[in-house]
Amino acid sequence: MKNILLLGDEAIAQGAIDGGLSGCYAYPGTPSTEIMEYIQHNKLACENNIHRVWSSNEKTAFESAIGMSYAGKRCMVCFKHVGLNVAADAFMNCAITGINGGLVIVSADDPSMHSSQNEQDSRIYAKFAMIPILEPSNQQEAYDMAYTAFELSENIGLPVMIRITTRLAHSRSNVETKPQKPQNDLHLPTATKQFILLPAIARRNYESLIAKQTVLRELSEKSSFNKYIDGNDKSLGIITTGIACNYLMENFIAAPCNYPVLKITQYPLPYKLVEKIYSECDKILVAEEGYPVVEELLKGFISDNNKILGRLSGAIPRTGELSPAILAKALNMDTDKPCEIPDLVASRPPQLCQGCSHRDVAEMINSAVSEYGKGRVFADIGCYTLMALPPFDAIDTCVEMGASITMAKGAADAGLVPSIAIIGDSTFTHSGMTGLLDAVNEKSAVTIIISDNFTTGMTGGQDSSGTNRLVEICKGIGVEHEHIRVIIPLKKNFDENLAILKEEMHYSGVSVIIAQRECIQTFARRVKSNRKS
Amino acid sequence: MKTDIILAGVGGQGILSIAAAIGLAAIESKLFIKQAEVHGMSQRGGDVQSNLRISDKEICSDLIPLGKTDIILSIEPMESLRYIPYLDKNGRIITNNTPFINIPNYPDMETVIDEIKKNPNNIIIEADTIAKNTGSVRSSNMVMLGAASHFINISFENIENAVRKLFSSKGSDIVDMNIKALQAGRDAVESKQIR
Repeated sequence: MKNILLLGDEAIAQGAIDGGLSGCYAYPGTPSTEIMEYIQHNKLACENNIHRVWSSNEKTAFESAIGMSYAGKRCMVCFKHVGLNVAADAFMNCAITGINGGLVIVSADDPSMHSSQNEQDSRIYAKFAMIPILEPSNQQEAYDMAYTAFELSENIGLPVMIRITTRLAHSRSNVETKPQKPQNDLHLPTATKQFILLPAIARRNYESLIAKQTVLRELSEKSSFNKYIDGNDKSLGIITTGIACNYLMENFIAAPCNYPVLKITQYPLPYKLVEKIYSECDKILVAEEGYPVVEELLKGFISDNNKILGRLSGAIPRTGELSPAILAKALNMDTDKPCEIPDLVASRPPQLCQGCSHRDVAEMINSAVSEYGKGRVFADIGCYTLMALPPFDAIDTCVEMGASITMAKGAADAGLVPSIAIIGDSTFTHSGMTGLLDAVNEKSAVTIIISDNFTTGMTGGQDSSGTNRLVEICKGIGVEHEHIRVIIPLKKNFDENLAILKEEMHYSGVSVIIAQRECIQTFARRVKSNRKS
Repeated sequence: MKTDIILAGVGGQGILSIAAAIGLAAIESKLFIKQAEVHGMSQRGGDVQSNLRISDKEICSDLIPLGKTDIILSIEPMESLRYIPYLDKNGRIITNNTPFINIPNYPDMETVIDEIKKNPNNIIIEADTIAKNTGSVRSSNMVMLGAASHFINISFENIENAVRKLFSSKGSDIVDMNIKALQAGRDAVESKQIR
């Protein structure tokens, strides 16, 4: 057994590889990206030919995983929390089909929205689908849970979710590894109609899913991942979920914690343990990263239950990630007042790299829309979202993956002229193509700019599904050939590019301008590795 | 024995290489480590930090509590001040003196240095100049690690080995350049500053 230093993401990847993984399916998204990247660079994974190619989006990733599970092998699908929205149809129905080979879903939440547009809590999805959740509190548990999750999944016949948050995903610590398990042999499901969700079969499967809920609760009650740590002072009991336990314990280094603590890392909630702490203690503090999921359950809806403290009661802030200081405050512990940040410290927001092609695209857009006024540029998710910040201030919306094209279409339907969409190449193939088809079908007056830098940039330069095929894709979807314009966004081409954009903005139908220039980060890496070889 | 360090800088300045080197050295020294870093959107030219905790006992939180940091190790002077609320009252600021100016409202340099000097335990290193003299300004992060090495409870030999290991794939020239920068950074701290 080795002791290695791993990010939480990497610990999950290594745990899955050692646990008999045959395939990983994913679309990049902070803070989940490093799971797939680790598998792609892992020697064992390469030697054993574990599937490790990025999918076009989270839905295609999830469905491929269901297919691999159907064929009897162990597989994992990984994405950031909002990626689960994209995969939700597959996710919900996979709970109804059940699995054959073990299927593990890793959903990485981002409380405090370090790199996201919301802080939705994936535990609510798992409850929605009625499947178990493992929520590791540290890197070792992340490894251990990924290692054992396939067996759990196969034993109960259901997919299992591992839920992590940014802090664990992107924090490194020592991890002890375990012996590697063999991959499953290819074997088809014994119940032949299990995966045919015709109503009659789906009803049967759904009954079976509901019947399993008692088993899942018992498993949580017996799970070695859930711990009840007794204490003499019953004036308060503390329930922690996932990583919250670390922040709590950080406050009890000098003196031990005398309150009973229930550390939950496996769901559904272990009913007996929760009942024990609830009945023994006068008050209950619930510390959880994300939404007040457990707190709300304990509090109930119509009760005036003041026994439960947490994010809803105000003991802990309603939004944002937890910290040792937040827990100290919730426990009314005395702490020194921290110094203030000196006034002279200026904020330093993220910005587009010097030399980035998106900069040229932003300047071109600003110049083209200046005669119409602001409010006409619908953007999307990626590095180019930074066009919203000074000095560009070039875009007006950013909602979710693919929304640029469809929002521009809707606004054009409403009569907005011109209506411009700006979307990256990876986001376009993720979920812009279907929206483009809608626009083509209705001949909507939209000007779509695909800022194509041949990569998935914001997450660190992963492969982009449609590289070198965007023109053909747009033609295939039905964009008129003369309104597909390829430009190279460089300063020297500015006037020519601007003229092309203006020309297409005057066309009252669908235009696609593909602005192609390689991401300067991937370019620099490519030059470096070429030089080495 | 524990050392809590906040590594600070601007995205792309190489704080993660410092973190990786200390991490390797800590494992070699059989210590526990937790190191939280920032990925994704915030990396692009914005302020970045990494919380690095080393201890001979198991570590609870991935984040250093307010007011408990032993060392703020910064590759950029203004960035060293951003994390002052986390600094222990006996904590130390070790910072590079070369500003990275990519914002229009960067404060006056003199006031930045004065503010840093308000902390009695400050060490300001001309890391870029030192790195230039030892080979390349790109190893200024290793100069800073060298300067901080006096105050991290890991033997210098283990830190040196970690730096070798970290850059080994890039060839012996790059390894030598970084080792030189590391040593020069270590030598740049005056003996009266080491207590």
